[in-house]
Amino acid sequence: MKPALALGAVLSGAALAAAVLSLVWTPYDITQLAIAQKLQPPSLAHWAGTDHFGRDIASMLMAGARTSLAVALVAVGIGMGVGVPLGLSAAALRGSWVDEAIMRGNDLIFAFPSLVIAILITAVFGPSATNAIIAIGIFNIPVFARVSRAGALSLWTLDYIRAARVAGKGRARISAEHILPNIANLLIVQGTIQFSLGILAEAGLSYVGLGAQPPTASWGRMLAEAQTMVTLAPHVALAPGLAIVATVLGLNLLGDGLRDALDPRLRGRMA
Amino acid sequence: MSLLHIDTLDLSFAKTPILRGVTLGLEPGEILGLVGESGSGKSMTALSVMGLLPQGARATGRIWLDGQDLLALSERQMCALRGNQIGMIFQEPMTALNPLMTIGDQVAETLMVHRKMPRAEARAIARAKLDRVGLPGPRFPLSLYPHELSGGQRQRVAIALAIALQPRLLIADEPTTALDVTTQAEVLNLLRDLARAEDMALILITHDLAVVAGMADRVAVMRHGQIVETGPTEPLFRAPRHPYTAQLLAASTHRPKAAARPGPAAEHEYFCQEEAAGISSWQKYSKSDAALLRVAGATRIYRLPRPRPFAPHPELRAVDDVSFQIGPGESVGLVGESGCGKSTLTRAILGLDPLQAGSITLGAHPVGPGMPQAARADVQVVFQDPYGSFNPRQRVETLVAEPFHLTGRPADWQDRVAAALSEVGLAPEDGAKFIHEFSGGQRQRIAIARALIIRPKLIVLDEAVSALDVRVRAQVLDLLATLQASHDLAYLFISHDLSVVRNVTTRCLVMQAGRIVEQGPTEALFTAPRHPYTAELLAAAPQIPPAWMEDRAHATPLV
Amino acid sequence: MVRYILKRLITLAASLALASVVIFALIEVTPGDPASFMLGLNAAPETVAALRDQLGLNEALPLRYLQWVGGMLQGDFGLSYTYKVPVADLVADRLEISAPLALIALALSTALALPAGLWAASRRGRAGDALVMGATQLGIAVPNFWFAMLLVLVFAIKWQLFPAGGFPGWSDPLAALRALTLPALALALPQAAILARVLRSALIETLGQDYIRTARAKGLSRGAALTRHALRNALIPVLTILGMQFSFLLAGAIIIENVFYIPGLGRLIFQAITQRDLIVVESVVMILVFAVIAVTFLTDLAYALVDPRLRRPA
Repeated sequence: MKPALALGAVLSGAALAAAVLSLVWTPYDITQLAIAQKLQPPSLAHWAGTDHFGRDIASMLMAGARTSLAVALVAVGIGMGVGVPLGLSAAALRGSWVDEAIMRGNDLIFAFPSLVIAILITAVFGPSATNAIIAIGIFNIPVFARVSRAGALSLWTLDYIRAARVAGKGRARISAEHILPNIANLLIVQGTIQFSLGILAEAGLSYVGLGAQPPTASWGRMLAEAQTMVTLAPHVALAPGLAIVATVLGLNLLGDGLRDALDPRLRGRMA
Repeated sequence: MSLLHIDTLDLSFAKTPILRGVTLGLEPGEILGLVGESGSGKSMTALSVMGLLPQGARATGRIWLDGQDLLALSERQMCALRGNQIGMIFQEPMTALNPLMTIGDQVAETLMVHRKMPRAEARAIARAKLDRVGLPGPRFPLSLYPHELSGGQRQRVAIALAIALQPRLLIADEPTTALDVTTQAEVLNLLRDLARAEDMALILITHDLAVVAGMADRVAVMRHGQIVETGPTEPLFRAPRHPYTAQLLAASTHRPKAAARPGPAAEHEYFCQEEAAGISSWQKYSKSDAALLRVAGATRIYRLPRPRPFAPHPELRAVDDVSFQIGPGESVGLVGESGCGKSTLTRAILGLDPLQAGSITLGAHPVGPGMPQAARADVQVVFQDPYGSFNPRQRVETLVAEPFHLTGRPADWQDRVAAALSEVGLAPEDGAKFIHEFSGGQRQRIAIARALIIRPKLIVLDEAVSALDVRVRAQVLDLLATLQASHDLAYLFISHDLSVVRNVTTRCLVMQAGRIVEQGPTEALFTAPRHPYTAELLAAAPQIPPAWMEDRAHATPLV
Repeated sequence: MVRYILKRLITLAASLALASVVIFALIEVTPGDPASFMLGLNAAPETVAALRDQLGLNEALPLRYLQWVGGMLQGDFGLSYTYKVPVADLVADRLEISAPLALIALALSTALALPAGLWAASRRGRAGDALVMGATQLGIAVPNFWFAMLLVLVFAIKWQLFPAGGFPGWSDPLAALRALTLPALALALPQAAILARVLRSALIETLGQDYIRTARAKGLSRGAALTRHALRNALIPVLTILGMQFSFLLAGAIIIENVFYIPGLGRLIFQAITQRDLIVVESVVMILVFAVIAVTFLTDLAYALVDPRLRRPA
């Protein structure tokens, strides 16, 4: 395994482990305020220090990992679940009105950056983590639709697809049997990219108050709360930022590494 | 003194040897044919001379050009040499030119890089060079972009920029492989003419012995990174000294034995005679029910984009009133250049695309996208590309079993797959492997097994052997002939390669611009073409002079 | 060429029309009555009804949509519920800050990314390439608002080179530019990282093309082949990303304005959301979407300028 891929796997694995562990255990209870302990620098008792309410930052980071990963993961799920079938249908019916409608719909969604979708949704339904998921998920749909359409289109010209048609197989069956397995690599790679973008987007939305609401812990909101105290206690602002950077970096390295590892051209060379 | 002298050139790539002790000489103005199968090291030899080897390649030995050792020169010195004293053209004209730059600027660039001349002057010379390669001024202004030219015209531009400074050596790496026969003949003539008129030595790299036979003064045969034989062209063809050369020669004129047998049905014989006599009437024949495939007045029209808003769509008649039949067990060839409508016709025959007029029937069933699954089972197909023909994620047994979708998968499907694999010369155990574990020739065998598995009556061979090296091609052709005899198969053999069609079919159709311009018994059609287009195709097709091969007819066994 | 532009213009108009329907419909389904919200909890029902009448809220839905669109086409975006001033004036004031911020950031990211991408591609696989790639990998992972906070910490608080926030107005252009420097930098760096990576991979892809080999066979050096043949061809995918980045920059600007307390469109839209000034939200979102669609159109025009295959189809 390449070092970059290994580093990516370790960083993403750490974020995931922290998130899962926080379900059953955190060093301190993050719902308990301890004003007396506020804004302590990192120490043995509090590895990442405490915030302005005296809460343990390390514990909050673990709980925040849960929010970040959950929001991004579900958003990727929405994007894949809707986008991939759309992209496959568009490619299977290339040039037809279905293809045209799907692609124009994609362009339309692309005209609304995820933050703008979030703003609209928040304006209508009020801010919440769920609405952040919907906003990021909607934005993911055209991304996956485009990737799967482009990948599928290049496959549809290949002779094995023609052979399958000569064998009497329909477009839907060919899409499921021949196209989908062969674009799975593309989707995995795009999935890790959208996953890391989702974490950044969730942090941004929570930072401006459109995402997770108290008492749900979130890296973005921790940063928003830290902003006024950044001169007094820089560690309050540093820790959540570093957590985001490490997780996103890890996922990106993982995605790049997977792309190289899964590339059939590169694999063919090894065989 | 020789112009180019390659002296024991060794080349390795990441410790894998590519070239071993290549030694080669070239006189000024001489045309050398460098032949060999894919992977033999022909292109790497050329790139070594150019100093354009891929990163990580290590070349040792000497390459003398006019007394200087090219391998000892710095990159800067090589830049001054390339385009100036050595020019090179490549195989794929469609991608060899920068799509964003006019052809005039691309030719002028060669002059501006080396002579530091002003753009206007360089463009004036570029004009003259384009005229020289057959792209005259009024029709081909300097301001054209590559996408506005055909493949053959682009290859002429590539030649113009390679010869702009009258280099003493031109290397052409498979320069006509991607072109149609008639275009190929024109480009080869141009190259020969340039070499003779400008006293420019030419290294012509090709896999096609027939091309070399008509062009080269001398031939060098490569195999596994070594030159196995070199000598003047005619003596080498008449009496090859190395067994490998003999094998190559035998394979490229190989005629499978079974194909020579007479047509299976007497009625069909009668039809052929009628055809030859010029009484072409499919109607008469279609009344009889002996025909397996019956194409009657088939027409496929594509709507092109409107030239301006609200104008009617112009139409392209890709297949235009085409009629012919194929009898059971018959081998029919379909030849024509790219864009003639072969592929569109093939798709219609396979029932993938609808027709706008006319009909296709297979046995008793009309063919079309809505045809019943069971009726489809009578026709299968083998495609050209041995690499794109298989889903890389499925095992061979799944791949071969795919056509069972038409008939329902029998309980003993795995035994049948094993039997089919044995029939095409593979081991039954190969079914458990994945496709990347097989060579190109083995993959075409698997494709044939897939086509065979449901016992069709007709197999469409769509350029099925075009991507294979000659020796592998000869083996696959033999296999096809054997299977045809044992299963009473009919073949529709679609190819741009006239010599292959001549050697394996009994009847032949010639297609041009969507129409069948001539059809008849293959031998008659090849020896006495009636349509001018057929005659043009035959004249353009490169051929090894039969006299050169006479001495050793049937002397060399095919290995 | 004319045909190409016409086709793009029709797409532009259709996307705008569709986007306006979506935005209008979303705002329509929002619970709560703007009239009662404007008048407060204690308003008499008659006054609310009168205001609804005055705001045109009692008209039929399609008619109100047409009035809204028709008004926008004439530059009339309606009256802000909270500020009671024309939305157009509010937006125009804020655009004076947000538009220059986005443009400076775009220019800055391009200026950083072009040389970095070129340099990395030209020494592919060597130490310089690895260095640039590592830096961009980090650049992509950093959230811009957190990067903004770090910039403030270092350049505004520690070294006091730039203001930590606020905007003095354009009357003093130098002070205004100083105030926009850190926000623009925060916006530009992560985008520059993405752009540099795209440029590098596009260049490497083009360098593998046959026409580069032709150019080298002509006698062009590696560097000349890169700048004279590869760069322009690599520009096509780069343009796509540049166009898409604009929409990310706009979204990013909304957040960054909040970090630096800059009274731009981003601040306006958040204030409007908290005050439920839906007509302002509606208008600002429409303007943002318009900007994105317009930039897509400009990108398409740029393609045609670069690529003769679009300009003069064979």
